Amino acid sequence: MNFLANKYFLIALTFIVFVAARMFQRRTGIAMLNPILVTTILLIGFMLGADVDYDTYAEGGSYIEFWLKPAVVALGVPLYRQLEAIRKQLLPILVAELAGCVAGIVSVVIVAQLLGATKDVVLSLAAKSVTTPIAMEVTAAVGGIPSLTAAVVVCTGIFGGMTGFRMMKMSRVKSPIARGLSIGTAAHAIGTSAAMDVGYRYGAFSSLGLTINGLLTALLTPFILDLLGYNV
Amino acid sequence: MILQCAVLFAFLAIGEFIVWFTGIPIPSSIIGMLLLTAALRARVVRLIWVDKVADFLVKNLGFFFVPAAVGIIRHFGLIKVQWMPIVGASIVSTFVIIAITGWAHQIVRRLTSGHHELSR
Repeated sequence: MNFLANKYFLIALTFIVFVAARMFQRRTGIAMLNPILVTTILLIGFMLGADVDYDTYAEGGSYIEFWLKPAVVALGVPLYRQLEAIRKQLLPILVAELAGCVAGIVSVVIVAQLLGATKDVVLSLAAKSVTTPIAMEVTAAVGGIPSLTAAVVVCTGIFGGMTGFRMMKMSRVKSPIARGLSIGTAAHAIGTSAAMDVGYRYGAFSSLGLTINGLLTALLTPFILDLLGYNV
Repeated sequence: MILQCAVLFAFLAIGEFIVWFTGIPIPSSIIGMLLLTAALRARVVRLIWVDKVADFLVKNLGFFFVPAAVGIIRHFGLIKVQWMPIVGASIVSTFVIIAITGWAHQIVRRLTSGHHELSR
């Protein structure tokens, strides 16, 4: 059997490639070289070259993915540290989240339709801005392809994390709270990790954004798809 | 660190239990996160019991997404024919969400904060 399919080797490789990618980004200071993106591309290249299929990789990868759930629970800590600020701005936060959630679902569905997406792709895209477990659950509920959603969710997160702060500059989103909320709403936990790099306060509001948008998306997606003419 | 993990996984387990018991379509991790925040607020859990593991995980959140990102390899076939709508819609929608969420927050905050100067 191919040693390159050994799960401990694949775990080690994932760690090593990520550390190298992160170091490379810090050295060069190029935002486009997002370590998640670079690691993913290098690992896929490796898998194609070494003839390791996804199921084999996932045997090792699942031990890394396992930590996603506890990591989301851990976001309760930054949230707790910002509770005072959240209470003071409850109304603006809730209105912003509702607006962002609806605008996000409607825009992704309409643009996908215009660009010729098939029905199952549209349904798989609707929940693309929220954290993977919620997004997959929503997609399954509306009849899309959950594993396609998982891939799109991660890509959206990487893209949002890389470009989000530039987009805010362009659209004049200025206050730290608005910025944190926006990136968490658009790019879930990966956006939050980018926000954490900018500042702890940004990260805390980003985790609030991903939470509220996750809840709203779970509740509203079937309803919005229905209004847009999809019988789900 | 064992205490820290005990607290963290206890909240995840409570989240799992609530999902199992009620069938609610919300991920256990989100429920665990909200309960952890509430428990810290209520002083049932002290911050020093959980802050080290939480700070470590939060700081390295991106890394744990790598296997899911690699999973895109399974959809190369579908993406080859549908990449335009998938990529186009995701990019446009990400921009829309960032602008709308940010604007809505800034506008409502200005309206509700009355005479206070809007802090940037």
